[in-house]
Amino acid sequence: MSPIATQYIIEVCYLVATALFILSLKWLSAPSTARRGVLAGEVGMVLAIGGTLLHHGIIEYQWILLALVLGSIIGIPLGLVQMTAVPQRTALSHACGALCVTLVGTAEFYLRSPDVPKFMMAVLCLEVILGSLTITGSLMASGKLQEILPQRPITYRGQNLVNLSLLAIAIVLAVFLILNPGHKALFPLIVFIPLVFGVMMIVPIGGADMPTVISLLNSYAGLSAAAMGFVLDSKLLIIAGALDGSSGFILSVIMSKAMNRSFTNVLFGAFGQVQTSAAAGKEERTVRSATAEEAAGILAAANSVVIVPGYGMAVAQAQHKVRELFDTLTKKGIDVKFGIHPVAGRMPGHMNVLLAEADIPYDRLFDMDSINPELPQTDVALIIGANDVTNPAARTDQSSPIFGMPILDVDKARTVMVIKRSMNPGFAGIDNPLYYFDKTLMLFGDAKSFVGDIVRELTGGGH
Amino acid sequence: MTFDLINDLYVFMLAGFIGFEVIRRVSPLLHTPLMSLTNALDAIAVVGAIVIAGEAKTTFSTVLGTIAIVAAMSNVVGGFLITDRMLRMFKATKTKKS
Repeated sequence: MSPIATQYIIEVCYLVATALFILSLKWLSAPSTARRGVLAGEVGMVLAIGGTLLHHGIIEYQWILLALVLGSIIGIPLGLVQMTAVPQRTALSHACGALCVTLVGTAEFYLRSPDVPKFMMAVLCLEVILGSLTITGSLMASGKLQEILPQRPITYRGQNLVNLSLLAIAIVLAVFLILNPGHKALFPLIVFIPLVFGVMMIVPIGGADMPTVISLLNSYAGLSAAAMGFVLDSKLLIIAGALDGSSGFILSVIMSKAMNRSFTNVLFGAFGQVQTSAAAGKEERTVRSATAEEAAGILAAANSVVIVPGYGMAVAQAQHKVRELFDTLTKKGIDVKFGIHPVAGRMPGHMNVLLAEADIPYDRLFDMDSINPELPQTDVALIIGANDVTNPAARTDQSSPIFGMPILDVDKARTVMVIKRSMNPGFAGIDNPLYYFDKTLMLFGDAKSFVGDIVRELTGGGH
Repeated sequence: MTFDLINDLYVFMLAGFIGFEVIRRVSPLLHTPLMSLTNALDAIAVVGAIVIAGEAKTTFSTVLGTIAIVAAMSNVVGGFLITDRMLRMFKATKTKKS
């Protein structure tokens, strides 16, 4: 086949792949078509890789094939992780994507230097800087989520200054390289400094801010891939990178809105350090506690129940017990819904996946905006392992560090029940006035065994 | 290969708009699968790595390209696999039994 004909075949493959990628994301918008979306993405990927293998410049195939097979073998266990481990897996895959982009960028530079046009050098620097900081940043995030690294934020005096200086040095070097693309010896610094910056960037960020950080790193990984598309003049890559970049960006905006914080606040704020004892000076207040038997009685008498799960539920591995509770109550003719805050879990949408895994139908899962108007007509709100996202101080108390954060209005339900290990406050160390309401019952204990006890009371009661 | 900057910028801008419009419509229910799917799609960077590795211009570029293929390919396979596993779990309420 003539080289020109081959070139056309490759371009058509890329064109179809691009269309399939866009359709893939479009079909992902609803659960009924979502799996078709995955299929479209897979077909697009096979077409794109197949087309690329026809590229006239390729003279050696053995390494490509070996790498394709090896990568696929590594990918299989990464695709089979537990659902609770999906956040750290996702962070790890951001690191892999960014590694690919950074390595290709580095190879491109050494192949082209010193003959690199200014604009190309600029996008090459952008590609490599964003790629490198995403590699280490994502590895750090993954380590924190896997709890290999300490989850709590680590801060020190002048931290932001150090971080910004690092970034500034990398940018100055990049500008120098753009003007003098022949200085090959400087290029490793453009890789190395952002690698350090990536580590330093994540060090002060706590576990609870991970949903925003993962989304932001997702966005960086996408943008670096788009930059690579500019370097290689590949429209397929530019489009895929732009799609990934905008997806990560939208998710990080949603996440930071859900926490009432700005990007800069997440990246430079080190939540958990900022606020000091806001609840100090409050007198001892009494809480009402109840047993599993009493809780079961109240649930059995209700017409409508909204369950609010938080990350604590996943930590206690209580989702399957919660499913049993859901089944039991539904069988009794009680309307059971789940109210899910956007930051419940460790990445966007994580809680939905955990509940879906426990076989809870997705049409019973409601996001914050759709469940809040229903809560005033709800008989019982049952909170399992969630704290700050139910704190009414976010609406009423201007002095509270979480004031302004959108919350689930569980305090408007007729009865509130909270399953909690003890009265210890949540990650932000903020006292929750909800627990002291007259209509609130505290159910002290481990989420899994307590829900199990309630289910036993409900089924053993023989009504 | 010509370096067609302006064309590429147009493509980037339009793709960005499409991304915003399409992804805005994704239900919050599916945000985790969304992220794992875009990750898999983003691993299309593998096509750049394949060309670098296959052109075999220098040992250095071949080695980097080969490692890059491994990294990206693990995302392709792992990303699609886990997205499909998650989506299979999302089931609607079964029709009421008699």
